[in-house]
Amino acid sequence: MEPKVITLTVNGRKHQVALPPNITLLRALREYLHYTDVKNGCEKGDCGACTVILNGKAVNSCLVLAWQADGGEILTVSGLGTTSNPHPIQEAFADTGAAQCGFCTPGMVLAAKALLDENPHPTEEEIREAISGNLCRCTGYGPIVEAIQIAAERLAEGGQK
Amino acid sequence: MKYKAKPLPPVNLPELRVVGKPLRRVDALGKSVGATIYADDFSLPGMLYAKVFRSTVPSARIKRLDVSKARALPGVACVITHAELPQAVLVTDMPGQTGQKRRAGSDAHVLAKDVVRFVGDPIALVAAETLDIAEKALKLIEVEYEPLPAVFDPLEAMKPGAPIVTPPDNIVSKYKVRRGNVQAGFEAADLIVENTFNVQFVDHIYLEPESGVAWVDDRGVVNIRVCTQVVEHFRSIALALGVPHNKVHIQGTMVGGGFGGKEDITVEIFIGLLALATRRPVKLTYTREESIMAHSKRHPYVITHRTGVTRDGRITAAEIKLIADSGAYVYLSPYVLLYSVGTATGPYRVDNLSIDAYAVATNQVFTSAFRGFGAPQAIFAAECQMDDIAQKLGMDPYEFRCRNYLKTGDIGVNQQIKSAAWLEETASRALEALGEKTPAHGHIKVGQGFASYMQSYGRIMWFHDTSQAWVGLELDGTVVIRSGIPDLGAGQVSAVCQIASELLGVPLDKVQIYHTDSALTPLAGTSTATRQLYMSGNAVHQAASNLRKVLLERASKDLEEDPANLDMADSKVFVKSNPEHFMPLTELLAKCASEGIHLSNLAIFRAPFTSPIDPENVQGDIWPDFTFGAMAVEVAVDTETGEVTVLKSVACHDVGRAVNPKAVAGQIEGGAVQGIGYALMEDCMIKEGYIQAQTLSEYLIPTAVDVPKTKVIILESGTGVGPFGAKGVGEPAITPAAPAVANAVSNAIGVRIKSLPITPEKVLEALESLKQKEKVG
Repeated sequence: MEPKVITLTVNGRKHQVALPPNITLLRALREYLHYTDVKNGCEKGDCGACTVILNGKAVNSCLVLAWQADGGEILTVSGLGTTSNPHPIQEAFADTGAAQCGFCTPGMVLAAKALLDENPHPTEEEIREAISGNLCRCTGYGPIVEAIQIAAERLAEGGQK
Repeated sequence: MKYKAKPLPPVNLPELRVVGKPLRRVDALGKSVGATIYADDFSLPGMLYAKVFRSTVPSARIKRLDVSKARALPGVACVITHAELPQAVLVTDMPGQTGQKRRAGSDAHVLAKDVVRFVGDPIALVAAETLDIAEKALKLIEVEYEPLPAVFDPLEAMKPGAPIVTPPDNIVSKYKVRRGNVQAGFEAADLIVENTFNVQFVDHIYLEPESGVAWVDDRGVVNIRVCTQVVEHFRSIALALGVPHNKVHIQGTMVGGGFGGKEDITVEIFIGLLALATRRPVKLTYTREESIMAHSKRHPYVITHRTGVTRDGRITAAEIKLIADSGAYVYLSPYVLLYSVGTATGPYRVDNLSIDAYAVATNQVFTSAFRGFGAPQAIFAAECQMDDIAQKLGMDPYEFRCRNYLKTGDIGVNQQIKSAAWLEETASRALEALGEKTPAHGHIKVGQGFASYMQSYGRIMWFHDTSQAWVGLELDGTVVIRSGIPDLGAGQVSAVCQIASELLGVPLDKVQIYHTDSALTPLAGTSTATRQLYMSGNAVHQAASNLRKVLLERASKDLEEDPANLDMADSKVFVKSNPEHFMPLTELLAKCASEGIHLSNLAIFRAPFTSPIDPENVQGDIWPDFTFGAMAVEVAVDTETGEVTVLKSVACHDVGRAVNPKAVAGQIEGGAVQGIGYALMEDCMIKEGYIQAQTLSEYLIPTAVDVPKTKVIILESGTGVGPFGAKGVGEPAITPAAPAVANAVSNAIGVRIKSLPITPEKVLEALESLKQKEKVG
């Protein structure tokens, strides 16, 4: 099939890009639009490193075809915050040591964001369940769970972000 | 409470301003917002994409290799086979730092010449305009194999007449230890216990697959931007590329996890060759499947212990045999094996000791470094053996260990223990914190177990290990560190920033480190062997201390005080007894600059040097020091499904001094969980040379719902040889986990499972055998 021009709104920026039908959202974001903050850990939906928020839901971007996301709103970790203006979840990840090698972190942070958007006061069990599709090989998960708990508290105190 | 924490000996650790504080790591925020640019995140204009054509059979002669159709495919820029590189040698058994003499047969070809030795052996390289074209080109490569006899079991490979993987023979390394009088020791024993333990092939599963970009610049320098644990590989890479050492420039990235799997050369030579051939930038990133197929694994071992003990629980003799599977190429097997020898007894005094250790080649994926480097396998066997002996003696397993733990001044397997050996201190705390056993209910049995360990940190001393660091002050009072340290995510660069911040009295956020560059940052050695804080921490300590001395001497003129009475903090130099009497650092720096006083220092830290040991009797100093600690866990075993769940986990280590306690806790907790994965679920499952667990849905590692939070207890004896008395802990963190889990499972079900991983199948089988035994009994 021929490439088709699709529209992807990424971190508030609107992109029109011609893509063949077999290109995943992960490849569209990394290779065509250069959002390299979205990580590729397996391309099979097993590791969660490529998690983005598509229309409000956390998805493995390697399991979504770019055409399926046509017209969609996508949030990547660099759209959530920057070093000069980090989101409370990102601050909390930095504070607790939740990012060691940092390669799972973009996906983890977005899984946490999707969770807290839906459930602002999750239990530890709910947090562990929410990130169970995101593999981390460095931390043993404890500091990540702690970061999400701290972020939930800070968001509750500081209001919306 | 059954176990009580043993009181700690008095320790005098000075309170410091920055070191010892749980600060946010310097790399943490960048990673949390996705700003860190990893190896695959980098591209250059006109870049080509590479793929590797690999063997699909474990042992064969290449009868015919035809790449003409691949070369003819539009968009293919280059195809390279062995025919194009007759001289390209891959040095497989030493990081290119120290020029050690290598065993005959340990250098491989970069691309297979006429024989392939494992499934995944590289045969040809392709570079194309797009990844899709490169993938298409791979499918056009034609190869015809003539199968050769293969061997997949190290015990088989040791037998006369076995297929030889690479001449001269399959024994790639061997060591012996002969101490005391083993025969007399066994004669003095009341009980002799013999067990054989097996451990499996496991993969590092760092989240970031291997990746790099290479380009040849305007002066003919081959630049390689890559995720690696060893920038010093530039020498071996230069050898393989046929260029001088000073024409290879490694730009190391922040590494998305290494654990030893990025210690050997991965993509560097491949992309270097393609960049030289095409004169265009080339990127190569492995898929997860290729990563699992192509990189090293942890050595499987068969370990047999025969131990003599007296009725009151004293070890009188031990005979230990270790056989490691080195896979198809040597890589670091001789050294991994040596580390296993050094920890084979566990942290116990065994005066009558015999060890025979072999690393043996097979036609399977090669094995090399993996966190712990031979110690986790050896400690697994030793600690299961100790538990088994205690049970047979009818003694408490902690009590039995206490009678045999090494003490400072004792000789371990090969060398004297010089630093604090806090074995009772760590084990008693882990056990105390584990608390009472959760009650069993119905078909759910509950068990508790623990394991102690010792493990070296720092490289083998005859490697003459060094690390360099350059520390300088800018005129605005900020600090620059230049050091070749690779950061794998363990906080290697942040820790040395904290050290410079402490010594120069400059806040951590005013310290900037430039790192991991073979040409622009002084070489700091490998991020391996739990050596980076020890070695580069000492190098930064030395450089910053030298600089501090110069600054205090100059400040003493203005402050009219002896330099010994001055201190530095908050970007000021002040009089210790009267902090109000101070000089701003910027003022001091301006004076130094105008007087031509040098504001930087390059230091080299040298680990102690020794001569190589005699492999026929491994005795004498091999490692600079050891770390000691313990883990205790509680498991629930479902006797209907065989499933094991870890309910509680406690780790207690003496880290000497925690430069950043939060980072240290992160290492310990992460290591514990990696070790629990090793114990319960991880396995490459290699059948006839083929890895069955080829993806992350088949190769399972712990997820957030598989493990509890590991409680971390950090002890600080201050007796390490690292900066401020620190010991290495990154690698040791994994070591006690698997035997602690195995001992807990045994405690729960009353039967010992002697091979990893402890799968539900093995648990059910063990329960069945117990049932049969009870019937017969």
